[in-house]
Amino acid sequence: MSESPLLSIQDFSLEFNTFDGVYQAIADVNIDLAKGESLGIVGETGCGKSVTAKSILKLVPSPPGRVRAGRILFNGEDLVQASEERMRAIRGLDIAMIFQDPMTFLNPVFTVGNQLVDVIMAHQRFLPQRESRSRREARDYAIEMLRKVHLPNPETQFHNYPHQLSGGMRQRVLIAMALSGRPQILIADEPTTALDVTIQAQILDLIGELMKDLGLSVILITHDLGVVALLCNRVVVMYSGQVVEDASVKALFDNPAHPYTQGLLAAVPHPGRSSGVLSGIPGQLPNLLDPPKGCRFQARCSKAMAACGEMAPLKRIGKDQSVACWLYGEDGHA
Amino acid sequence: MQQTIDTARVATGFELESLSWRERHQSTIRMWRLYARTLSRNTSAMLGVGLVLVFFLAAVLGPWFVPYPEDITGAVNLDIKLQPPSVEHWFGTDEVGRDVFSRVVIGTQLTLKIALIIVGVATLIGVPLGIIAGYVGGVVQEVIMRVTDVFLGVPGLILAIAIVGALGPGIVNAMLALSLVWWPGYVRLVQAKTLSLKNENFVEAARSLGAGPLRIVFVHILPNCTSPIIVKASMDMGMAILGAAALGFLGLGAQPPEPEWGAMISNARKYMPDWWWYSFFPGMAIFITVLGFNLLGDGLRDVLDPSHRE
Amino acid sequence: MTRFLAKRGILIGVMLLGLLTLTFFISHVAPGDPAHLRAGPDATPEMVEVIRVKYGLDKPLMTQFYVYLKGMLVGDWGESIHSSRKVWDELVIYFPNTAELVIFSILIAIVLGVPIGVLAAVNQNTAIDHFLRVLSISGVALPMFWLGLMLQLFFALKHPLFPLNGQLHVLLDPPDPITHLILVDSLLRGQWSLFINAAQHMVLPALTLSVPGMASIIRVNRAEMLETLNKDYIVNARAQGLSAFRIIGMYALRNAMLATMAMIGLRFGWMLGGTVMVETVFDWPGVGLYAVNGAINNDFAPIIGSTIVLGFFFMLTNLVIDIIYGVLDPRVRTQI
Repeated sequence: MSESPLLSIQDFSLEFNTFDGVYQAIADVNIDLAKGESLGIVGETGCGKSVTAKSILKLVPSPPGRVRAGRILFNGEDLVQASEERMRAIRGLDIAMIFQDPMTFLNPVFTVGNQLVDVIMAHQRFLPQRESRSRREARDYAIEMLRKVHLPNPETQFHNYPHQLSGGMRQRVLIAMALSGRPQILIADEPTTALDVTIQAQILDLIGELMKDLGLSVILITHDLGVVALLCNRVVVMYSGQVVEDASVKALFDNPAHPYTQGLLAAVPHPGRSSGVLSGIPGQLPNLLDPPKGCRFQARCSKAMAACGEMAPLKRIGKDQSVACWLYGEDGHA
Repeated sequence: MQQTIDTARVATGFELESLSWRERHQSTIRMWRLYARTLSRNTSAMLGVGLVLVFFLAAVLGPWFVPYPEDITGAVNLDIKLQPPSVEHWFGTDEVGRDVFSRVVIGTQLTLKIALIIVGVATLIGVPLGIIAGYVGGVVQEVIMRVTDVFLGVPGLILAIAIVGALGPGIVNAMLALSLVWWPGYVRLVQAKTLSLKNENFVEAARSLGAGPLRIVFVHILPNCTSPIIVKASMDMGMAILGAAALGFLGLGAQPPEPEWGAMISNARKYMPDWWWYSFFPGMAIFITVLGFNLLGDGLRDVLDPSHRE
Repeated sequence: MTRFLAKRGILIGVMLLGLLTLTFFISHVAPGDPAHLRAGPDATPEMVEVIRVKYGLDKPLMTQFYVYLKGMLVGDWGESIHSSRKVWDELVIYFPNTAELVIFSILIAIVLGVPIGVLAAVNQNTAIDHFLRVLSISGVALPMFWLGLMLQLFFALKHPLFPLNGQLHVLLDPPDPITHLILVDSLLRGQWSLFINAAQHMVLPALTLSVPGMASIIRVNRAEMLETLNKDYIVNARAQGLSAFRIIGMYALRNAMLATMAMIGLRFGWMLGGTVMVETVFDWPGVGLYAVNGAINNDFAPIIGSTIVLGFFFMLTNLVIDIIYGVLDPRVRTQI
């Protein structure tokens, strides 16, 4: 990785103040995104992948959320320190985001066209003068965007309310909205989880197509390794607020290094593998109000050892693979 | 595989036995801690608790500590009539020389009685009707809810005035009238809650295990209705006090020389603006009391209803 | 839409029938003999009998109910003993005065209450929020009649900024009726001095009547705004770079207004009840004062008439609110 990454999350820690105490959601996370790269962040529910993604755009409500340490560098600028006004210029125009449930992320009382035009107009302030649009031009552009995401009958749908659209159509509208500011980075937070399987495939195809067409760098957050295999070239595996493995998709699937990653892959049903039994990972997620010192996976790990009381740094063990586990020595071998 | 599960079950059973009281009731303890903390951190709710306590104490202990107990009813001291507030008469005196402070304090008794009766009667009528409507459904529900709608379709105070108009002015009739217009709110509240509870899984489960309707109502539905009822009743105490005072003021409720706040203000009105204290202090008493019940109800809602917790 | 209106029209009809039944019932559960009541306290037994026959009070209850219903439907609402005039004729005069007062009060309550609620929500848990909370909780707890008296005390008696009571200066004649609302009519007829005088008379009563409603609108709107601001679509709007002003003023407020509208509907009934007190305090010639005088004088026809008029007005308002609800919420609109 010779050139500096487009986006770099460095030693990032975030916690929530709750009634029961301080919930340490994210601990010392390091993630880089290179230009043109498509990065998957995988992990089970509650592992902190969504919170990490929202932190990039400063969308974690504070209070209760609080950044304890770390930096999020975008083109060298630290977004953790950026003002709300500065963030507005970044949101949608440099970094855009789409969310999990298209049912609830559109305002029910405005037409989709109205909301799309609003977003386009909001971007005007931050664009150079020559690119500024009238509301009428914004409307044409909105319909063009709806066409680009293959929404059927964009002129008609423009005047419809969200509840008149299907889930897949709404996700297309949200994607159109996110891409209307021509961002460099698209963060997709479980974009297909709430959709039917057939619709999922269509939306994934669309994201893949737009990535290529628009030269987007993508962060795709999901718990579905199949989605990662389809769209990403690199994967970060998170467990309980920590990054445990960071590898190219091929390396990860061929040779999962971290015991958690191995467990995760073993839990995926695979038609080619007819062993008959799917193995789960025994044990429960640690209590993040009082997390164990060091590696948070140790209580469930069959290979845990004394050294796990301290978190292993991410260590390069292959050409495209790093892992945070003491099983791998200085030479990069187990 | 089967064996592991059995071992696990045995292990859990064993653990339950050996758990301490505190460990076994962990979630209940947490709930009450949360209640206590939410309430005690809520300054306005604590103020409400304080005001309501003072109100109750004044109602119970009033006769023992008011400076001029003889002024409550008949006493006439024309030589000290309409005196401004002073050390002897904190709230001044009225047109026949009675101590306004004593009368305001003693007024708490009547006010408390009125509010308790109105809210009590309203819940006693409204809650059973609401449960019957929600649980039985069908024609019974239709009839109960349509009658409720008619009552709620007329502003309550107007209907109360109509009833007092028929029965004749007086404190008892005013209470009766307000009770008769107050119950429909409880029917709506409880009916909606019963309807939603009726289809909850735990009620379905109880029914499938053979629980009879009475058992379901008293064990599963009523306890789950209590917190909204408590919140509403607390708020309604304040509203009922306002309603009764309004009728007193209009000359339809308590009649002078009863030490009722609304009736006192009605009388005092004639002595504005020069003898302002006569109408000012009874009004403040109503305001502070109602404020106390509203703050309390508000705080209780924050505590009992998770969706209102901030 | 037409179907919705027709359905609601029928419902209001049914409710009115219920209301008529209720009032009939109330007037017949009176402990005394209704004939005795109508004849007055000094009547001889013979006079009572004459009255009994004259008003059909000797007939069976169902017949009486039928006669009562028929009378109500054709506008024969009985006669006030006190003034010896037809109740219908008197209500036609009094109702516009009450309507004017209530409409102005609800406007004040909405125009001030909604933005203040937003202000409190946006500044959640700051000094502003706490201050507004105290203010709004106090507003609901104030006895309206006493608030009116205190306003009179300070702004009419101690500092004569506004007239003490009444609707218009005694020496002024109301404008020729168009809408029967004095403020509107004087404006339409271009009678400025009349308009100003009427407006001055309106200030204190309308303010008094609006305070509790405003207070609850503030509270509901604050709560709804807070809830709406946590919704996913607000997160999305922020993620797309919309300005805070647009998010709060458009995206959140429009949704929050739905529940606030429901509260306004409820409060409207409260205000109609409040007119009784405000009209008594400010000597405002409206339906509320008419009802109270009826109740004090044991004059039954005016009470029944007032109850029905105010109840009907309340039902109509709720219909209007439902329609506004549909305008604000497209999900409801398609059901209509």
